Amino acid sequence: MKRFLTLTPLAFLLSGCSGNWGWYVVDPTTTSGYNNLVFLMGGAWNTILMSLTAILISVFVGLLIALPGLSEKRSLRSINRVYVEVVRAVPILVLILWVYYGLPQVTGITLNVFWAGVLALALSDSAFQAEIFRAGIQSIDRGQYEAAHSVSLNYRDTMRYVILPQAIRRILPALGNQLVYMLKMSSLVSVIGMQELTRRANELVVTEYRPLEIYTILVLEYLVLILIVSSGVRWLERKMQAQERN
Amino acid sequence: MKTDANDSLIGITNLSKYFGPFQALKNVSLTVSEGERVVICGPSGSGKSTLIRCINRLEKHEEGRIVVDGTELTETRESLDKIRANVGMVFQQFNLFPHLTVLDNLTLGPKRVFGLSDQEARDRALGYLERVRIADQADKFPRQLSGGQQQRVAIARSLCMEPRILLFDEPTSALDPEMINEVLDVMTELAGSGMTMICVTHEMGFARRVADKMVFMDQGEIVEVADPETFFTAPKSTRCQDFLQKILSH
Repeated sequence: MKRFLTLTPLAFLLSGCSGNWGWYVVDPTTTSGYNNLVFLMGGAWNTILMSLTAILISVFVGLLIALPGLSEKRSLRSINRVYVEVVRAVPILVLILWVYYGLPQVTGITLNVFWAGVLALALSDSAFQAEIFRAGIQSIDRGQYEAAHSVSLNYRDTMRYVILPQAIRRILPALGNQLVYMLKMSSLVSVIGMQELTRRANELVVTEYRPLEIYTILVLEYLVLILIVSSGVRWLERKMQAQERN
Repeated sequence: MKTDANDSLIGITNLSKYFGPFQALKNVSLTVSEGERVVICGPSGSGKSTLIRCINRLEKHEEGRIVVDGTELTETRESLDKIRANVGMVFQQFNLFPHLTVLDNLTLGPKRVFGLSDQEARDRALGYLERVRIADQADKFPRQLSGGQQQRVAIARSLCMEPRILLFDEPTSALDPEMINEVLDVMTELAGSGMTMICVTHEMGFARRVADKMVFMDQGEIVEVADPETFFTAPKSTRCQDFLQKILSH
């Protein structure tokens, strides 16, 4: 780990115009540089926790919103349409500000920055999840419903044991995409003071005046996080495919 | 007509079904008694599949009545559940659950619907897999099996629900020729065991061997109903004669 920390800035040092760089702010061999690095990376946990919590909620809400969208009843379908269209139309940053500053005035419940951020991220993402689930479920052959019907399964069991397991396999790449998207969008929660990666970087820039180096580290932090997530998703995809083939 | 419908296991009276402006079934009436084997044939688009799909409510009929074992098929949950429990179905495309093993395909219904334990459901499933001679494939996934094997699994899946009536919707039409017989053999054996069966099929050899009653449909109507002997040797209607000539001459 330490070697990695030394090598990455070193690579930049060697390749960049040395006169413009001031890597000392994040040089782990000096005490202040080391402390700065620890401070920057200390935001990772909140970024991860917030993104994962938000995606769990949004997958669940998205599924709940997708199901009426598949109904034969027009009234149920319109619930789905209205939700998706309205939520999708609000920019995430606006939603974060609205949930944190506006919602307490309406409901009287004040959310801390973490939960305000999670709620806004989840809400925003749920509209996309709903569309992903709807497409995934619609892609399942009608014969699967008919077979489930002919062995007397009710709607819930048909969804739970027959349709959703197949649909989720198909939408796994899209779900992975959303998780990557979520990790990136969580940086916006920094505006309400959430101590995650971006906020930490902003705070350090204010005291150190080295935006180039600090934001470069920030870029690398997101890159590493997202590479880990996407290889995890790919591993899961392969595992599920293998399970079906063997 | 009414007493007729009550005595029989399935009573279909003046059934009509529309797909938009197109009338797929025109005033169809048919009775099937317990243990009877009915084979329905006719040119494609004649309404054969639609008719049997109406019996377990895969299609909704607009006019007429369907009575199965004394219960009329209506919109109510109660009626639908009762009839579904009595009627099993085997599809042209097998429609096995691809994400489940053969065994899990068979045990899902009994476990969820009858509340059987894992062990009970497994025993029952293995019993029926034995009967369709495929028990050694229990832990495989559907896509690892041949078409004929998949269709036999599908038959076993239906049997696991222990229905009184089995509907077959062109069960061999999607199969390669060399696999048709293994499925027909299973169906023949099933017929011998006294199962009430309604089969939509073009397999006339099977029909001749197994059917108690032949039904010929054309353009949404039942044109002719007869015992196989009469049906194949002396069909009355010209439409039926034409059809048989085409299908038997190749």
